[in-house]
Amino acid sequence: MRVLGIETSCDETGVAVYDTELGLRAHALHTQAALHQDYGGVVPELASRDHILRLLPLVDEVLAQARLTRRDLDGVAYTEGPGLIGALLTGATLAKTLAWALAIPALGVHHLEGHLLAPLLEEPAPAFPFLALIVSGGHSLLMDVAGVGRYALLGDTLDDAAGEAFDKTAKLLGLGYPGGPALARLAESGDSASFRFARPLTDRPTLDFSFSGLKTQVLLAVQRNGPERHADIAAGFQAAVVDTLVWKCLRALDESGRERLVVAGGVGANLQLRERLREGTARRGASVHFPRPAFCTDNGAMIALAGALRLAAGEREDASIHAAPRRELASLTPP
Amino acid sequence: MNLLAIECSTEVLSVAVWASGELCERVQDVGVRHGDRLLPLIDAVLADARVDKLELSAVAFGCGPGAFTGVRMAVAAAQGIAYGLDIPALPVSSLAALAQEGYARGAVAPILALADARMGEVYAGGFEVDAEGLVYAVADEQLVAPAELALPGDNIWCAVGPGFRAYAPLLRERFGYRLDAIERSVFPQAAAVARLGARALRAGLGVPARQALPVYLRDKVALTEAERRVKQ
Repeated sequence: MRVLGIETSCDETGVAVYDTELGLRAHALHTQAALHQDYGGVVPELASRDHILRLLPLVDEVLAQARLTRRDLDGVAYTEGPGLIGALLTGATLAKTLAWALAIPALGVHHLEGHLLAPLLEEPAPAFPFLALIVSGGHSLLMDVAGVGRYALLGDTLDDAAGEAFDKTAKLLGLGYPGGPALARLAESGDSASFRFARPLTDRPTLDFSFSGLKTQVLLAVQRNGPERHADIAAGFQAAVVDTLVWKCLRALDESGRERLVVAGGVGANLQLRERLREGTARRGASVHFPRPAFCTDNGAMIALAGALRLAAGEREDASIHAAPRRELASLTPP
Repeated sequence: MNLLAIECSTEVLSVAVWASGELCERVQDVGVRHGDRLLPLIDAVLADARVDKLELSAVAFGCGPGAFTGVRMAVAAAQGIAYGLDIPALPVSSLAALAQEGYARGAVAPILALADARMGEVYAGGFEVDAEGLVYAVADEQLVAPAELALPGDNIWCAVGPGFRAYAPLLRERFGYRLDAIERSVFPQAAAVARLGARALRAGLGVPARQALPVYLRDKVALTEAERRVKQ
């Protein structure tokens, strides 16, 4: 079954084709980062306006890459939520009407289910069950994944998401928006031992996270030190976030007895996090699986994949064009 | 020649089929989410017209100006349908559709179509009527405060639409005898989009799906960080 995937939950327009027999056939992405840069954050209306310009050219691009025509498609998957309502509706409307015109099914996919399953796009794909750490600008979640749609929440952030902490800290250091990756690059030239920031909630049994206090500590450090210390501050901050994430993941592996960990979301592209999780899981005889960096951030491939698995299992939805901007991942059910 | 038409730039969602001159239209009551009803209404109006979707020659859509989310829904739907069926799309001004509905309800040309743009402004467009009874634009569409709206020429204009109803006392006081009006509530509807789309198709104005795009008129929707600093 060949499924077109459409992702428009925030500021990336992602389109892909996933084939349940042959795997990922093609994917393409347009990022709006430059569009929102002057605004210091994503402007929802501008995001929607851009999605509608980019979608069909990207659909053409992936079909050409895959050497397919629109008539070769067997289904259309789109991001139903969470995300920006206007942006979601743009993708949902295009997906549902395109599917209607082609007389094939369309299915809404939970954005985080896409992230959660993204490691399945890689070889070797992790087998169910596994634990999943989803760390992005909007989420810091630890989930137990028994199968498609069988998700249990183990830990969540109590305040800022890990990626949000990266971006806000980058802003404090004058690295612009979205500055998470720039902060990680700056940290490479710093000494992570020279600033020791707290590792929140790691002294307690909970698997929840908290990152907002860390931001305040960084603010104080920035105020008390000159710009020549920024690299050290960035390194100290990154070490604190990575330590916290690693400790929680390893604790969750120990407690659950699961043998595989998958990591998804934009922060999952962080090299230090990857390195530390590889070491930590190897020591336990467990494995860790990451999607390629391009599939850590928002993309159409993960939506095409998740939609294809559900559509191929026979899941269908009614004709209403809708979005679910705030739906919980743990509320999903198997196809 | 069979045309599907979609208009949802206001709280009124409507779809229509124009089949060789015969029109069928379905209008959704206010208060229902457009997205919930769009595809079921399209199926219903195609059944009314006894037209199969594979027999459609083009899809016309109200391209705005109007409520951003609604306009985008019509545009995205037109894109999806035109792309999927490999047929052209026909952008039709939602203000032209409003003027056309006004004409059908007794407005005498020239017609001033006024949509409510919120934030103290209206979307305004001026239209004349051709020999076939179809409106055509005689002034650029604009986003304007009612206090700054100007009536071109020296003839009497007939105002229609939610933008007139929202500011009727102010507009009457400003323009006096030069402004006539349809007092009833008139919205842009798909039947008008279909009629105007059929003319556009005959004139060869169909576009590929990816060029089916919205017209917002309101382009400034947020302040940059620099602009916010200046304001403070």
